[in-house]
Amino acid sequence: MNRKMVFYILSWVLRIEAILMLLPIITAVIYKEHDILYFLASAAGCALFAFLISLRKPKDMKLYTREGFVSVALSWVLLSFFGCLPFFISGQIPNLVDALFETVSGFTTTGASILSEVESMPHCMLLWRSFTHWIGGMGILVFVLAILPMAGADNIHIMRAESPGPSVGKLVPKVRSTAKILYSIYLILTFTEFVLLAVGGMPVFDAICISFGTAGTGGFAVTNAGLGGYTVYQQAVTSIFMILFGVNFNVYFLFYARKPKDALKSEEARAYLLIILAATLLITWNVRGYFATIFESFHHSLFQVASIITTTGFATQDFDLWPSFSKAILVFLMFVGACAGSTGGGIKVSRISILFKTVMKEMASMIHPNSVKIIKMEGKPIEHNVLRSINTYLATFIMIFVASIFIVSFDDFDLETTFTAVAATFNNIGPGLSAVGPTRNFGDFSILSKCVLIFDMLAGRLELFPIVLLFSPRTWRKQL
Amino acid sequence: MKIIIVGCGKVGVTLTERLNAEGHDLTLIDKDAACLRTVADRIDVMGLEGNGVSYQTQVEAGVKQADLLIATTDSDEQNMLCCLMARKAGDCHTIARIRDPEYVREVQFIREELNMSMVINPEQEAAHEVSRLIKYPSAIKIDSFAKGRVDLMKLMIPEGSELDGLKVFEVNTKLKCRILICIVERGDEVIIPGGDFELKAGDKLSITADHKQAQDFFKKAHVPANTIKSILLIGGGKMTYYVAKLLEETNISVKIIEREFATCQKLSEMLPKAMIIHGDGTDQQLLLDEGIEQCDAIATFTGIDEENIMLSLYAHSLNPKAKMITKINRIGFDNVIRSMDLGSVINPQLISADRIVTYVRAMQNSVGSNIETLFQVAEGVEALEFRVGSDSAVTDIELQQLMLKQNLLVACINRMGKIIIPNGQDHIQKGDTVIVVTTHSGLNDLKDILK
Repeated sequence: MNRKMVFYILSWVLRIEAILMLLPIITAVIYKEHDILYFLASAAGCALFAFLISLRKPKDMKLYTREGFVSVALSWVLLSFFGCLPFFISGQIPNLVDALFETVSGFTTTGASILSEVESMPHCMLLWRSFTHWIGGMGILVFVLAILPMAGADNIHIMRAESPGPSVGKLVPKVRSTAKILYSIYLILTFTEFVLLAVGGMPVFDAICISFGTAGTGGFAVTNAGLGGYTVYQQAVTSIFMILFGVNFNVYFLFYARKPKDALKSEEARAYLLIILAATLLITWNVRGYFATIFESFHHSLFQVASIITTTGFATQDFDLWPSFSKAILVFLMFVGACAGSTGGGIKVSRISILFKTVMKEMASMIHPNSVKIIKMEGKPIEHNVLRSINTYLATFIMIFVASIFIVSFDDFDLETTFTAVAATFNNIGPGLSAVGPTRNFGDFSILSKCVLIFDMLAGRLELFPIVLLFSPRTWRKQL
Repeated sequence: MKIIIVGCGKVGVTLTERLNAEGHDLTLIDKDAACLRTVADRIDVMGLEGNGVSYQTQVEAGVKQADLLIATTDSDEQNMLCCLMARKAGDCHTIARIRDPEYVREVQFIREELNMSMVINPEQEAAHEVSRLIKYPSAIKIDSFAKGRVDLMKLMIPEGSELDGLKVFEVNTKLKCRILICIVERGDEVIIPGGDFELKAGDKLSITADHKQAQDFFKKAHVPANTIKSILLIGGGKMTYYVAKLLEETNISVKIIEREFATCQKLSEMLPKAMIIHGDGTDQQLLLDEGIEQCDAIATFTGIDEENIMLSLYAHSLNPKAKMITKINRIGFDNVIRSMDLGSVINPQLISADRIVTYVRAMQNSVGSNIETLFQVAEGVEALEFRVGSDSAVTDIELQQLMLKQNLLVACINRMGKIIIPNGQDHIQKGDTVIVVTTHSGLNDLKDILK
């Protein structure tokens, strides 16, 4: 394995993180908070480590799938470790595992918190918390690919390892241009949401944090009431943008490339919107008794459905109090996830869609054993190795999920809590049900459980294989 | 520039590598998804599975925004159709590979009617190079510039030559000739030598000179130079046909050994003056019977690289004085092949790639200086011929005063037909063509030679 190249990439990731850690200092200055030193120290430590591991471009810049996976996995681990330093050394989150949990939850855009209340935190800390969502949403390696002139063309392996979806492709011939385009779309959408929220009366600081959280489909809020304290307009804007960030960015690119008809034909986007519509209508009807008007019921149902399916995790209501049918739909949506190629988590609509089609095809084959049917997605036939990888993904998913539940169950919480705690972290959503519901937090879990959940959050965001491969001895062996 | 390449074969992949290294946006179309995936994973290009002739596929590949489409599939007809569709669908330049001798006769008509910018015939280009080598058998490789007036010749310093132990700046004075040593290949290394570089036997030198000076130099350096009166070609493919055709007007006797009877009949029909032998070229007895020990030149042009290599080595062992020419199709194992004594190695794909890359570079250029010819003379070394269209930062200044880049040499200046092998006091004028040898790639304009 080309270790020098992996270290080179890691060093760049950390250098960028060090620079980004300086942004909260501006907030600290504006709000006259005394935490500037902690951010400077963390940034300095990060930068120092970056320079220690790699000073020069390596001669051999060859990258294969293995290097791609390892670079991504290690980057995220180091990113999280250095990212939690401001919280830890300032004493805002005194326990290291807790600080790590909160930071990993930030970068993986989960949004699950160990804090019981957030309003007493300094603004600069809250900003860093939400900023981690924004950084992790599109991915820090994609950012590196966009700005760094890495000569090797094998950067596609890095992009594939970090980006979600059954088969990651490029928008344009060059990886670097593709990464730049993705980040541009990301920036424009974030900024638009910020403007709409601020114009709608939300305080600027809140608007920035909420926009960061929506863009990365993260879910950290800056008030203890989550998003419950904001106006209907502000909540509606957030609903719409959550849905937008859950759409495959390829669709936005098609609009930019002046192919609107192709964009509107996207099968995955249609399925995604249909699921949102169906779930919203069902829940609206189910919870109509909880609200004064049917419109209010619709508004809050749409918000919650959008929030859960895109794995954002914002909450305007304590949906743990809703009837079981609605809760069941929400838990189901936790697993469906957003579209591939978006910032959302979960298994992804395209995978679910392909799995569904595979099941239908297999059932038809049982009646007509000699029949031949090609499964298509977006009008193109799916290659066999993609189908195989989706099946493997699902199997690995279930294995990790079940193993996590067993370990977390040692804490002796009720089954609803244990199950949804794992589901909410593994799918990068944030809030679960019962003891980890939208008004509760993850603070009461044991250190072991928190570690398992940290692993789940990372595994879920990186789509399982990079993290799993990090622990496999074959990855590290000298011979191939 | 946005370039579409149709066909993921040997030429397609070489072109992809070289054009990608020059920073162009490439899309590769082929029917074979597995091949595309291997290439797109290795090189930063977009792979599109489909039929390159289909309008739909071409549009998806972006033919409407493309600057150039290069068709290098196995089939000449497909290549022609791809170019035709591309001209209608978008407004790009087109280059097609056409190798069938039947079409080659009408290539001018085809080019004009289908509105193609360039037609590549790898075997014919290679055959031209082979015929040049036969005319100058002392050289391992000859690249021609200035419409054939200047050659960049590669030769190996034989044991016991006067050159062994000489420093580069001593060569012209000691041997009383005017040549310029541009490149020295020693083992795996490729060096553009400075004046005090010491030459050794076994080194492969690339020199520029006009024809007379070159002959003179070869004689004085004791490089063996027998004229070739007979040539044995093993393998009756397209390249053999083109070479034989080019040698028809000379009185070199041509003998061809070919395995397939039907091909032998066709060759006999097309090449009345050559002797066609029907047999297996790898049969040692047959080779001995047909006089492999007495030929002046032996060319191994079968379709299988490994056979060509073995045959060349075998022939060399039997007939060390003969001029060996070996055809290698696959581009791999470069350094291994270089270290073997196979005589002149001809690679038709690299030759085509050279032509196409020249065209692409010339396309990017408009004013100032234009690239007329480009050759990749060794691994990582290019020789370019620039035509100086107008006065620029390099004209009318003495060469020794120009701040030239490292590893770059002005090898020759052609002024109205007069060949100047430059020393420090010469200068470049408007209207000249200049030959530059360098390890830097991507030179587009003559002023790129400056730091």
